[in-house]
Amino acid sequence: MNFLNLFVIIPLLMLLGLWLSKNIKQIRGVMVCGASALLALSVVLVFMYLGERQAGNEAEMLFVSSIEWYKPLNIAYTLGVDGISVSMLLLSSIIVFTGTFASWKLQPLTKEFFLWFTLLSLGVFGFFISIDMFTMFMFYEVALIPMYLLIGVWGSGRKEYSAMKLTLMLMGGSAFILIGILGIYFGSGATTMNILEIAEMHNIPFAQQCIWFPLTFIGFGVLGALFPFHTWSPDGHASAPTAVSMLHAGVLMKLGGYGCFRIAMFLMPEAAHELSWIFLILTTISVVYGAFSACVQTDLKYINAYSSVSHCGLVLFALLMMTQTACTGAVLQMLSHGLMTALFFALIGMIYGRTHTRDVRELGGLMKIMPFLSVGYVIAGLANLGLPGFSGFVAEMTIFVGSFENQDMFHRVLTIIATTSIVITAVYILRLVGKILYGNPVNKEHLKLTDATWDERVAVICLIVAVAGLGTAPFWVSDMVSDSILPVITQLSVH
Amino acid sequence: MINIEYYLIVSTIMMFAGVYGFFTRRNLLAILISVELILNSVDINFAVFNRFLFPGQLEGFFFAMFAIGVSAAETAVAIAIIINIYRNLRNIQVRNMNEMKG
Amino acid sequence: MEYTILILLLPLFSFVLLGLTGMKMKPAIAGMIGTVVLGAVLVLSYYTAFDYFSAGRDASGCYPTLMPYNPTWLPFTETLNISLGILLDPISVMMLIVISTVSFMVHIYSFGYMKGEKGFQRYYAFLSLFTMSMLGLVVATNIFQMYLFWELVGVSSYLLIGFYYTKKEAIAASKKAFIVTRFADLGFLIGILFYGYYAGTFSFTPQLQALATAGAIIPLSLGLMFIGGAGKSAMFPLHIWLPDAMEGPTPVSALIHAATMVVAGVYLVARMFPLFIGYAPEVLHWVAYIGAFTAFYAAAVACVQSDIKRVLAFSTISQIGFMMVALGVCTSSDPHDGGLGYMASMFHLFTHAMFKALLFLGAGCIIHAVHSNEMSTMGGLRKYMPITHITFLIACLAIAGIVPFSGFFSKDEILTACFGFSPVMGWVMSIIAAMTAFYMFRLYYGIFWGKENKELHAAHHPHEAPLSMTVPLIILAAVTCVAGFIPFGEFISSDGQAYAIHLDKQVAITSTCISVVSILFATFMYAREKQPVADKLASTFKGLHKAAYHRFYIDEIYQFVTHKIIFRCISTPIAWFDRHVIDQFMNFMAWSTNACSEEIRGLQSGNVQQYARVFLSGALLLLIILLLI
Repeated sequence: MNFLNLFVIIPLLMLLGLWLSKNIKQIRGVMVCGASALLALSVVLVFMYLGERQAGNEAEMLFVSSIEWYKPLNIAYTLGVDGISVSMLLLSSIIVFTGTFASWKLQPLTKEFFLWFTLLSLGVFGFFISIDMFTMFMFYEVALIPMYLLIGVWGSGRKEYSAMKLTLMLMGGSAFILIGILGIYFGSGATTMNILEIAEMHNIPFAQQCIWFPLTFIGFGVLGALFPFHTWSPDGHASAPTAVSMLHAGVLMKLGGYGCFRIAMFLMPEAAHELSWIFLILTTISVVYGAFSACVQTDLKYINAYSSVSHCGLVLFALLMMTQTACTGAVLQMLSHGLMTALFFALIGMIYGRTHTRDVRELGGLMKIMPFLSVGYVIAGLANLGLPGFSGFVAEMTIFVGSFENQDMFHRVLTIIATTSIVITAVYILRLVGKILYGNPVNKEHLKLTDATWDERVAVICLIVAVAGLGTAPFWVSDMVSDSILPVITQLSVH
Repeated sequence: MINIEYYLIVSTIMMFAGVYGFFTRRNLLAILISVELILNSVDINFAVFNRFLFPGQLEGFFFAMFAIGVSAAETAVAIAIIINIYRNLRNIQVRNMNEMKG
Repeated sequence: MEYTILILLLPLFSFVLLGLTGMKMKPAIAGMIGTVVLGAVLVLSYYTAFDYFSAGRDASGCYPTLMPYNPTWLPFTETLNISLGILLDPISVMMLIVISTVSFMVHIYSFGYMKGEKGFQRYYAFLSLFTMSMLGLVVATNIFQMYLFWELVGVSSYLLIGFYYTKKEAIAASKKAFIVTRFADLGFLIGILFYGYYAGTFSFTPQLQALATAGAIIPLSLGLMFIGGAGKSAMFPLHIWLPDAMEGPTPVSALIHAATMVVAGVYLVARMFPLFIGYAPEVLHWVAYIGAFTAFYAAAVACVQSDIKRVLAFSTISQIGFMMVALGVCTSSDPHDGGLGYMASMFHLFTHAMFKALLFLGAGCIIHAVHSNEMSTMGGLRKYMPITHITFLIACLAIAGIVPFSGFFSKDEILTACFGFSPVMGWVMSIIAAMTAFYMFRLYYGIFWGKENKELHAAHHPHEAPLSMTVPLIILAAVTCVAGFIPFGEFISSDGQAYAIHLDKQVAITSTCISVVSILFATFMYAREKQPVADKLASTFKGLHKAAYHRFYIDEIYQFVTHKIIFRCISTPIAWFDRHVIDQFMNFMAWSTNACSEEIRGLQSGNVQQYARVFLSGALLLLIILLLI
């Protein structure tokens, strides 16, 4: 049996275990065991992957296996990973692990919450390991649907509205994707849904590519918060419970970038070249627009959601630059943003859990009251504004250097506009840190609050270690990703 | 000799009278009567076409007989339903029958 | 010279140690760890310098450029990558000495100054972080490593300025410092991107033919890099963060905002000097003009400030202007012919670091004694604080350029270089030097002589600072007395060859005379109890005085730009647009779908008669259509 199957089997076992468990202790036990198993599994996978590469395995995807499950359309359950998916799996398992701890004390309906949470992670893992277009799409849907319930039932604020909006917009996107996938399948005249084989054939007519490329790109772009399809993000994130925000911003939004890269650009390189300018402009707008919007928000989660729009915009921006370095940067940015935002949302959730407000104007002087959480928040903020030593710096610099490989005026100007976001990011992060952490407490009631408990510390420390680890030793991830980017770049440059 | 057209005109008038009645009546019994009118107009057509176009054959007459039988059964069932409705609702107006509607 | 790696690793280690476990330690132990580690760094730096300079020159007569370490940290493309390593050449070794010396002094001094402060351990952790980043910056082997540490010093400066995080002004100042320098760094980054692409490398010594094809891009990228340098070095109009940065603890101001970090911009230009000279001499001249204007502007503002740290801050800006001018007036890399400024600038950087640190630490002692920064609370302090008084006087004489203190020698070289460039520049800089002498002695008299604030002093009993604070003062004063006699040109010059410093007698005499005259003028105005002349001048030129006191309203302009334009005219509309246009459009789509379905729902009434009617009319319609066709 393929090793990768475990990424689907473990969540399934977790679902079973949760279903059978009777009390909170058992639920926690199942979650912690499962999440740790997944984390361990993905670490093992990283080493196995590096080992295979070391041994000289040059194949584009490793650990490939295939089981056909719907003959008429040649749909198969085909698995395989390259450096990009390995790093994404690692990211997902870290977030699932920390998300479990971040929702340690969640009430009510704990069991149901974790059931949906696990189903969501099942979809995410399945998406990253499969290389069959339709199977990917199926897992994508599996990841989207639980979101509706998770926000609608356990959320806060205008949760029904947000849940509905988020689900509808993402479903709209997936309708585009489905059309795009079918278009690719029939356009290429393939007898398989396997991405690698379709790319190998490379025979989708140009005129058709120009239809299917925008469809798939926008479809995945909705999830990647592409301007102007990003408005689900602020409301959705603001209403979602902590762990869901973490998983959503941390991993689910990466599905968008990954899909854009793996399906839209890889399979339709000519159209990608032809139409990239439109999307480059849109993503540049995302980057700057998100940052400016974040400057004047008053809700902590809104600030972070808009900052996510800006950072995820940078991911798509870098992908569209279509150089090896920029695309490597995009993957690094996905990892970095995933970890940083998860950290941010975790901390916001913990602060909200104590103060019961996320309004910046009603908070202040938290550094004195809850030093651990505040220091964590400062670190998250500094990582977010691209401080060297944290992952943000590595990712952003790789993106900018990579983007500068394009010599023409158009790309240059857009890159320079995108770089301004690092200043604006500094503006809103420091404003926030100065307002809520420094100074004297605004509300006397807050003086009674306590600092982080052990389960919260586990989540925060894990994420900080991951962010700092990626930021201080980026070379191995960068190498791993860069090698895997190469086939796609070759595909893009042959036309 | 009475032409085929005269029969057909009568049956058409009956048919559309029935259709009109079916569309406009609000009373279940009146609707049932309208449906009967439509069915009977069809029966006339069967008989007439058989008589004029295929003399010597009997399929049309048989079919008319058959249709009369079916409509009698249908009427019996319909009236049974209507009586039951009347027992429940104390009237047989169509617009009052919305209990099953979502 | 593999041991040099310890210079970076030791402070990093102490930062991590203090950062993670500091809160559980006793303050004194945490301080001790930081100081001992820094002492080790100091020893290592001096040993490195000794080792490096005693190894001698290579065949071409230059000190060799050594790179004991240069591993790749982050690969970008085949040619471009970020390496983190150590580069030793005369200027980086000189900077190692400056940074470790001042930092060590500040570590010792802080024992006394920060005693009993909450967060003492945190303070030492940040000091270690800063020292590590600053050392990393100066030994950078490539421009990207420099940028990386550049950002790190920025953030450690942010953390240290905001050390008193409950104080409103400190929070605002730290934010301002970070954002203004970050904005300048944007220019630096774009410059690096251009440079990296066209030069094909991030190292300081690119392939020459690569540069030849780039054309006007290299001057552009050097100019952009200078913007970054101007931000860190507080050149006009990016200087606004520095005076506010004085909200931080005074030893921090001495270390970061006087001696080391603010000269990073000068160091950057010096580092890129061969490229500036070779490919962008006109950009270098702009550096000189901006430097000169900044020096003048800051000197003018310093003449009327009443907060002693502000005066020192503006004096720092002005002196950095001098260094920039010295670099900018270079026209070739031959020190005998238009390249003197390079050496002069580095020399002044060295001497200035020592006496400015001394001034700040002295100011710290004074603030410690009277618990205020305002000059009005001081006056006549010479009786209470003799050691501070003498050391402060030495520093003032040095900055004013009086023989035999160190400032005289370095400033004299700068003026000679300026006169070599053009007489106008020479005279302008001489006048600014005179202004320097004037405002420094205004400060000196204001603190130690002048009108004593008797009520306050009676309440507070100002007293001499403890030993931990006075010892660094004495050491730095001693350095200031002798540093001028170092044969600086032997070690550092623009072409690497040994250069014998010789005083240009004419310039030396003129500048000394001017300085003495301004000191006397300051004595006349400020030394006595009553200061009729000063008051009269202030009231005569009321507008000018007020404008200068408010720093010519540059801050207000910035305030206007950031709050009114960026927040109100860009961010708010964008946020509004997002909520009310894009989001409403999405809501509209949802609403219209809903409205449509409400309409269509009417058809599904469950009324069989209606269905039949529709059915019949549809059938008839079809029939008619079929008949017509």
